[in-house]
Amino acid sequence: MNIPSSILTMLAGIALTLASIWYGQNHGLMPVEASRDAELIDGLFNTMMTIGTAIFLLVEGVLLVCLVKFRRRPGDTSDGPPIEGNISLEIVWTAIPVVIVLVLGVYSFDVYNSMGGFDPEAAQDPSAVQVAMLPGDSEVMPLIEGASHPMGHQHLALGIGASPETAGKPADLTVNVLGLQYAWIFTYPDLGITAGELHVPVNKDVRLLLKAQDVIHAFWLPEFRLKQDVMPGSLQSELRFTPTRAGEYPIICAELCGPYHGAMASKLYVHTPEEYETWLQSQVANRPDQVQTIASTSDPNVNYLAPFSQQLNQQWGIDRALEHLHSQVHSQAQVHSQAQVHSQAQVHAQMDRSMELTADHSNLQQLIAHPAA
Amino acid sequence: MTQTEIPSSISTAHHGGTERKWWHYFTFNEDHKVIGVQYLVTAFFFYLIGGLMAAVIRTELATPASDFVSPETYNGLLTLHGTIMIFLWVVPAGAGLANYLIPLMIGARDMAFPKLNAMAFWMIPPAGITLALSLLVGEAPQAGWTSYPPLSLMTGKVGEGIWIFSLLVLGTSSILGAINFLVTILKMRVPSMPTNKMPLFCWSMMATALLILIGTPVLAGALILLAFDLLVGTAFFNPMGGGDPIVYQHMFWFYSHPAVYIMVLPLFGAISEILPVHARKPVFGYQAIAYSSLAIAFLGCIVWAHHMFTSGTPAWLRMFFMIATMVIAVPTGIKVFGWLATIWGGKLSLNSAMLFAMGFVAVFVIGGITGVMLASVPFDIHVHDTYFVVAHLHYVLFGGSVFGLYAAIYHWFPKITGRLVNETWGRIHFILTFIGMNLTFMPMHQLGLQGMNRRIALYDPKFTSLNELATIGSYLLAVSTIPFLINAIWSWAKGPKADGNPWNALTLEWQTSSPPAIENFEVLPVLTSGPYDYGLEEEEVGLPTAQAGSATLSSSPGA
Amino acid sequence: MQGSTVDSAKVALDYHGSAATGHEAHPDHRLFGLIVFLGAEAMIFMGLFMAYLTFRAVYPSWPPEGTPERELVLPGINTAILIASSFVIHRADTAIKQNNVNGLRKWFAITAAMGAIFLAGQLYEYHNLEFGLTTNLYASTFYVLTGFHGLHVFLGLGLILAVLWRARQREHYSSEHHFGVEAAELYWHFVDVVWIVLFLLLYIL
Repeated sequence: MNIPSSILTMLAGIALTLASIWYGQNHGLMPVEASRDAELIDGLFNTMMTIGTAIFLLVEGVLLVCLVKFRRRPGDTSDGPPIEGNISLEIVWTAIPVVIVLVLGVYSFDVYNSMGGFDPEAAQDPSAVQVAMLPGDSEVMPLIEGASHPMGHQHLALGIGASPETAGKPADLTVNVLGLQYAWIFTYPDLGITAGELHVPVNKDVRLLLKAQDVIHAFWLPEFRLKQDVMPGSLQSELRFTPTRAGEYPIICAELCGPYHGAMASKLYVHTPEEYETWLQSQVANRPDQVQTIASTSDPNVNYLAPFSQQLNQQWGIDRALEHLHSQVHSQAQVHSQAQVHSQAQVHAQMDRSMELTADHSNLQQLIAHPAA
Repeated sequence: MTQTEIPSSISTAHHGGTERKWWHYFTFNEDHKVIGVQYLVTAFFFYLIGGLMAAVIRTELATPASDFVSPETYNGLLTLHGTIMIFLWVVPAGAGLANYLIPLMIGARDMAFPKLNAMAFWMIPPAGITLALSLLVGEAPQAGWTSYPPLSLMTGKVGEGIWIFSLLVLGTSSILGAINFLVTILKMRVPSMPTNKMPLFCWSMMATALLILIGTPVLAGALILLAFDLLVGTAFFNPMGGGDPIVYQHMFWFYSHPAVYIMVLPLFGAISEILPVHARKPVFGYQAIAYSSLAIAFLGCIVWAHHMFTSGTPAWLRMFFMIATMVIAVPTGIKVFGWLATIWGGKLSLNSAMLFAMGFVAVFVIGGITGVMLASVPFDIHVHDTYFVVAHLHYVLFGGSVFGLYAAIYHWFPKITGRLVNETWGRIHFILTFIGMNLTFMPMHQLGLQGMNRRIALYDPKFTSLNELATIGSYLLAVSTIPFLINAIWSWAKGPKADGNPWNALTLEWQTSSPPAIENFEVLPVLTSGPYDYGLEEEEVGLPTAQAGSATLSSSPGA
Repeated sequence: MQGSTVDSAKVALDYHGSAATGHEAHPDHRLFGLIVFLGAEAMIFMGLFMAYLTFRAVYPSWPPEGTPERELVLPGINTAILIASSFVIHRADTAIKQNNVNGLRKWFAITAAMGAIFLAGQLYEYHNLEFGLTTNLYASTFYVLTGFHGLHVFLGLGLILAVLWRARQREHYSSEHHFGVEAAELYWHFVDVVWIVLFLLLYIL
């Protein structure tokens, strides 16, 4: 049993390296990758996990060895060896983190660049401030007074823009996103569609232009590893990505935006070209300029539209509306798993109706000023 | 083998009439030791309140539905939990340790400005109680401890007003405390103590005080502007009137990122004190650990915008803040490796203080690793505002600050109370806390990566099982405070008496009686050795061997 | 590291006598404490200045269109008075260092008067401005910055008056003991420097 300690150390080092490399690749902590950006970020994360696991095992290993090997034996009252430092050892453990940090910095920079983090398009495109107008409405109606305020932020690039490959090219699809307590509204300016969910075709370059109406929200697509704060006022942010995997993905508001923040969610559908076409057709067919009968306010399945029911119910008085909203959010928690599938027609009709209401400044301002009145 | 030479002719008898009575602790007392205890006890009281709130939050999160408290109450709870734990527990508890220890460690009779010191403490209870009571009257602030406008301008004037008021008062208290720490450390050391022989706790408190003095005023500025927006109707941060909410975020994080170091640096210092004593070895790389505190303080001031990678900062600035943030890993690594090398090869007494100190290193390193990950802009974009961040910050602030505080309390308990703690209860406390802490916060890493955002009362049912684990862990944490409370109260009243130096430590606070006399030292001590010269006395200090032998540690101080 | 070096200063300072009675005198660190405090104060102003500069940089035109013009004459005179008062208060310091209590009283009284004139001028300007606190972002920053500074002038004035009150007794301040005088003077200089930055930011830039 007399193995020299140098060999033990070497064996431990090899085991530690192998374990770190294995865990760095097989942690299984991330959700599916639905875009190329997600693959890039996961590569970065795996690298960081490998290094992190190695450091973790090293530190915990040393602690455990100390715990066992250097425990004070009963009866031993002497002091430990008077070692006050070791310059070369200290230089080593200063230099190694410096190198790791530099490598990670450069790697992160590269990933960020490939994703399109340095594309300042969003900041240079002030014309795109017009969002969430009524479909077909010729006159752009800013939803809040602040949006019409003569003020332009020029210094801020918000979000993820075009990647080096797509730079300079227009996106295949541009969707305006409006965040408001507690829903996301998606308008397709080229198609005249407004929806409560986001539908995009697979393998196309999608560009989202995001604004908020009331408070700061954050638009998060976990499967795409993308997140961007959505600011009220004249600041607009951008997210540009290419979905590579068809499917249904959550859209989450990640910035605390009020009591029902947890209920502010929607779905992103990445369609195959055929499915996308079908969806487009259904939108055009359903596009109702007529007011449809809306059962929304009492339909617990309608989850994204809580704020609209608030507005729809203004005549009841804000208290009752809030009470109603409250119960809706409660019921939402129960039906959360039902994937929140509901009739597009309903959404759409509601959307139109709510837009009309939103245009009513005084009422809305009142609501904004006294949301919890 | 003491660090000092105290003329033996002077007896302590004539100080018998100046002992502290219990009611001194409820008065405007200018003794730094009384103030230190006041800080610690008050902070622990608020820790229990904040912990209760956390338990309610975790109960709500045991199920995916929002079914335990109303969503408004939930947001009030999470706001108050964050605010109380930061501004009323960790920051004042660090200040309490500093108050108690700095003058003793540097051989001073009190802080530089005792009256100011007492004033700083007495600002805390009213501000804290007002803040906590806001929940009971249904007017809790609801915008999170970050209180970002415009949300914070809309969630209720009374609650938000209380929040701003409390923070301004607590911030002022913190600044006044920091002035005291800095002046005391720089100007009041015994003549024989140059800075490079200061205990490392003093170094880290110097860095902490600098951070408080640089950061807190900027937060005060932000809060003043926010108060104008809230109460008078200006629009500094309100985009509806042309203001810019991002300016608030910058000002807020200019304080609140350094606040992390304000919360953890004092405990870095405490750990650097505790490990050498119970490992019976000199601290490894004194100067590296000392200067790394200052490096952390400096870097801590230039990384605030890493909290805003998904907000509005220009891309090139994000890169700057990313690199600066990652670089903090270097001085932090120096400390961690220095601590490991300190205990390596030592003679470790695994008492409660030592277990918590080693536990600190064990869990803090996880927070450090995830911290570097979070600094990476592309990765942070994914996990910002998710449970990954919640896990990270609790590993730093619970695994770091709270473990450190417990270690410090166990270590200096004999000095403060003159009695020894019960080590068995202490070990039970450590094991429960260690398991509970990891059970609560470890699953949160995965939750965040998988897509659970923070500050929500209802969540996707696919996250249920991990949340249940976290909730069970949080209950375990709640239970873990019971052995501590029993132990602390019982030992304070009935524990075996401790002599002046039960650990045979070398720093100055152990060279006086326990608890120390009102003016700390009969005669100001004169340094004869460094603060961590364990195992050195024969060769260099030149004390007779017999004397060194008699001063060694009794093997089970808890018995 | 070098911990083992026995400090040569083994002089066992005999604090015994004073320790028994209570506090022994330690050197006066109040001035150093005040400097540290002013450092913290400076950081509040720094934060507010940075916020102002950011607003200014972000807005397309500054002051925003439609902000009424401000005249520069009165603020200019006010600034001159405040700057001059810093020199005046320094005379008081010089006087007390020569044990000249009368000089101290005279120069402090003049400083106080100048501070009061500054505050009155500030109020007069507020009264005559064509914009209010909530008119626009520029107006808000203008009032909050000058108001916050005005509050400091007011406190400084209070300090000066407190020193004057104490200086009624001839023995209260001497060339040896005049911390109050130094503190008030230092604070006044601080307020003055802040105003210069503020004036440049708000009126000139």
